[in-house]
Amino acid sequence: MQKTASLSRPDGLTWAFLALGVLLLPLGLYLALAAPPDANQGYLVRIMYLHVPTAWVGYLAFFVTFLYSLLYLFRQDPRHDRIAAASAEIGLVFMGLALVTGMLWARPTWGVYWTWEPRLTTTAILFAVYVGYFLLRGAIEDPELRRKAAAAVGVLGFLNVPISYMSVKWWRSLHQTQSIDLTTGKIHMAPEMLQVLLFHLAVFTLLYLGFVRFRGLVAALEEAKEEA
Amino acid sequence: MKGKHLLGLLVILGALGYMVFGGLGRNLVYFLTPSEYLQDQARYQNRPVRLGGLVKPGTVQYDKDRLELRFVLTDGVAEVPVLHKGTPPGMFKEGQGVVVEGRFQGGVFQGTNLLVKHSETYQPPREGWTPEEVRKLIEEAK
Repeated sequence: MQKTASLSRPDGLTWAFLALGVLLLPLGLYLALAAPPDANQGYLVRIMYLHVPTAWVGYLAFFVTFLYSLLYLFRQDPRHDRIAAASAEIGLVFMGLALVTGMLWARPTWGVYWTWEPRLTTTAILFAVYVGYFLLRGAIEDPELRRKAAAAVGVLGFLNVPISYMSVKWWRSLHQTQSIDLTTGKIHMAPEMLQVLLFHLAVFTLLYLGFVRFRGLVAALEEAKEEA
Repeated sequence: MKGKHLLGLLVILGALGYMVFGGLGRNLVYFLTPSEYLQDQARYQNRPVRLGGLVKPGTVQYDKDRLELRFVLTDGVAEVPVLHKGTPPGMFKEGQGVVVEGRFQGGVFQGTNLLVKHSETYQPPREGWTPEEVRKLIEEAK
């Protein structure tokens, strides 16, 4: 009795992540609108404060899917499969937002909404792989086989993330290289813009943590209902 | 069972390694530089190509009435005259990195699509600028 009662509601940590994320988001939007214009792009640069955090959450979510897919393959615990699927779902939504904000940014700066250059192509493939992840989940009836097949895609699909991240360096590209370069540690951004971006990255990470815990709980309730 | 998994993993890593460092990398070239194009012209004859380089300062001519943009594209070694029909994108300026889609006709590269490549550096306008200068800058960037 007690166990089902505690399972049916999000715990304090989930509420804390969600509340902090939702409360800080308007502050982040205010900071983004108050940030200085760029010397070349003017106010267009403000799309960055949405584009970069959504792409980051996409990468992060697929990484979590990768970890929990591996865990599932080793432990065969359905809980790990639920977190992997919840995270992939959130990653897909945020990667889609990154693609949309990127297109809205590309039109006024590059001159086109879309071009098949390396960063855009690898990101489109990455997005398609996780669409496939859910098609696969929907197509397999046997729960155990479904979890195993999904975990395999969750592990292999993640290989596209470092390829997508490094694509601007490995190949000749239209997309600029990383402004915050994790491989060299160099930052090509004025401090007042960097602070706003880091704030947004933190807020979106909080929202991701809240979403993934909440979605994992909903998935657990769904599964409990199916079994009952 | 373990051996089978390991073999599968090796095949996938091998394929990825080939993709990244091998043959596919060379075919994934998004644009050619003018000197690469001029070295191997026969290969690209009558084929649409993308040329990438910098807009040579002092060569930009824009005919507002006929919507014809002319400039010289350079990679520091070779130079190619470009004719693009249409208005230049907002961020197009001298010294800017651009990618032009099109094909050669009579020694002039006829551009059908003009893309502007911007840098990864983000800086607000320098201090000491007047509000008028900043406003002008923002209007130009639109």
